Amino acid sequence: MALAVHASTHIPWLEDTTMKQIGHRTLSAAERYKAGVLKYADMGYWDGDYEPKDTDVLAVFRITPQEGVDPTEAAAAVAGESSTATWTVVWTDRLTACERYRAKAYRVDPVPGAPGQYFAYIAYDLDLFEPGSIANLSASIIGNVFGFKPLKALRLEDMRLPVAYVKTFPGPPTGIVVERERLDKFGRPLLGATVKPKLGLSGKNYGRVVYEALRGGLDFTKDDENINSQPFMHWRDRFLYCMEAVNRAQAATGEVKGHYLNVTAATMEDMYERAEFAKELGSVIVMIDLVIGYTAIQSMSKWARKNDMLLHLHRAGHSTYTRQKSHGVSFRVISKWMRLAGVDHLHAGTVVGKLEGDPNTVQGYYGVLRETHNAVDLPRGLFFEQDWAGLGGVMPVASGGIHAGQMHQLLTYLGEDCVLQFGGGTIGHPMGIAAGATANRVALEAMVLARNEGRDIWNEGPDILAKAARHCQPLQAALDTWRDVTFDYASTDTPDFVPTSTAAA
Amino acid sequence: MRLTQGTFSFLPDLTDEQIRAQIEYCLARGWALSIEYTDDPHPRNTYWEMFGAPLFDLRDAAGIMQELNACRATFPNHYIKLNAFDATRGIESLRLSFIVNRPADEPGFGLVRQEGPGRQQRYTTRAYATERPEGKRY
Repeated sequence: MALAVHASTHIPWLEDTTMKQIGHRTLSAAERYKAGVLKYADMGYWDGDYEPKDTDVLAVFRITPQEGVDPTEAAAAVAGESSTATWTVVWTDRLTACERYRAKAYRVDPVPGAPGQYFAYIAYDLDLFEPGSIANLSASIIGNVFGFKPLKALRLEDMRLPVAYVKTFPGPPTGIVVERERLDKFGRPLLGATVKPKLGLSGKNYGRVVYEALRGGLDFTKDDENINSQPFMHWRDRFLYCMEAVNRAQAATGEVKGHYLNVTAATMEDMYERAEFAKELGSVIVMIDLVIGYTAIQSMSKWARKNDMLLHLHRAGHSTYTRQKSHGVSFRVISKWMRLAGVDHLHAGTVVGKLEGDPNTVQGYYGVLRETHNAVDLPRGLFFEQDWAGLGGVMPVASGGIHAGQMHQLLTYLGEDCVLQFGGGTIGHPMGIAAGATANRVALEAMVLARNEGRDIWNEGPDILAKAARHCQPLQAALDTWRDVTFDYASTDTPDFVPTSTAAA
Repeated sequence: MRLTQGTFSFLPDLTDEQIRAQIEYCLARGWALSIEYTDDPHPRNTYWEMFGAPLFDLRDAAGIMQELNACRATFPNHYIKLNAFDATRGIESLRLSFIVNRPADEPGFGLVRQEGPGRQQRYTTRAYATERPEGKRY
């Protein structure tokens, strides 16, 4: 076997592809710290016998090594570059408790049905991370490894955040339970709609849509991700008209209503100014976009907690890195980070609507956002057990191409603790916006009632809706208009583990 | 107007048979039912009057219907709701809450405005019925 210590700058694992047992050699300290280049595995970033500690942060990456690169060494390289390593040996390691600070790749499994791809499990010591900082956590885990030449592609699939670390985050400023208590709405998903067209309406016309939709039966309306302060509608104008609409609708129905006022802006100072104005006007909720960045999200979370405000997060931009299976960051990881960072609502997929979303994968995100504890569930993409240590739940939001005729599917897939957002499915109703809202609310309540009565809503759903439509003409019109609208495309982000029901013969 | 608080307010008023089915659903999950009534249905009126303590130990639907009927007999023209409480860790809150009795006539709410600077309005939602004293509103 070739000596794995190289004094030149070539990439060592391309040198000898016949080596299978990498990382199991024992080097003396003198050999280990001799100037030069060493395999990452030999530098201590692979330890096949490592037993993760309860306090370790764990990550599982999908790695696609370049031809000839040993997967174990590739895993060690990811561990190295996401913790203490650089490309060459540095003697200054010896001034630190470097054994502890080195992340350890401890397991590599081939991805079922995907030749050339591997799941690499890596453990990180808790001391590597600043308490309560998503910026620091993400800079460590995804900061430096995704462009690494020896890998064709790399994807962060899942993480286990130890309780000791979870406890350093305040989590959602409100949480699902308290949100329901504040709004006095129980036992059913909440209903929302995004105002459409999303660009171009004046403040006065925009508020009209809000009023009609809320009066008709929705709980919330919403600014879209790119409604900020444009020439056709400045933010203060929007806020004033929307709050007029919210208050009118509240008086018309006797119910608490809300409109997610998007406070996303160029600077924190601008966002705080907009959020303060929303509070002054009596709004129960404000909204931000994922593109503002993790630190800005945590700042707004802190503000929301201090000001008794629900915080809605639109996941604008996420598909650029979450959608493709081989490269990027899975949305389940983003969900975990956002629960720690502390938001009350997060868009997490609809399964049946117009946007990407395999049923199992989406259910995995919903579980991450709202359960107190997640068990390992490979078919849903959950690689680790996760204890949320009392952190509040985030209400998942289903938005994009859904309508009343899918109510039985939505309730079956997504359950009760979520917001169903029917934008086009409310505003595009042939009898008007309020009628569209009523159709959705009646469909939802009829479905919940039937489910609680023990009916098989998956199969009887269309009958239940048809019967409910007998006392609700707007629902009949909605069913007639959108009856055959489905978005049936293959998902790009699907689970790799499919449960088999047959025993091996 | 029709007050649309509660889980099933957009449906026609539930029959006793339908209410009972919902009670069975709650009991099967180990939730505790409770009955509350009010003649001040303001959306922020969190504390309706309790018709007795939550029925933690009453585990049959017929018994709960009996309590509900007693409440209806006492307050026929009030809003009455049935709540289901779940004591599971991480919830410890209501899982279902729906109106099971409402006044024959619901006059609704007016919006009182106070004009402020910069086109701002201060809004007060006021139930027409609460202009009369408690117990004489509906």
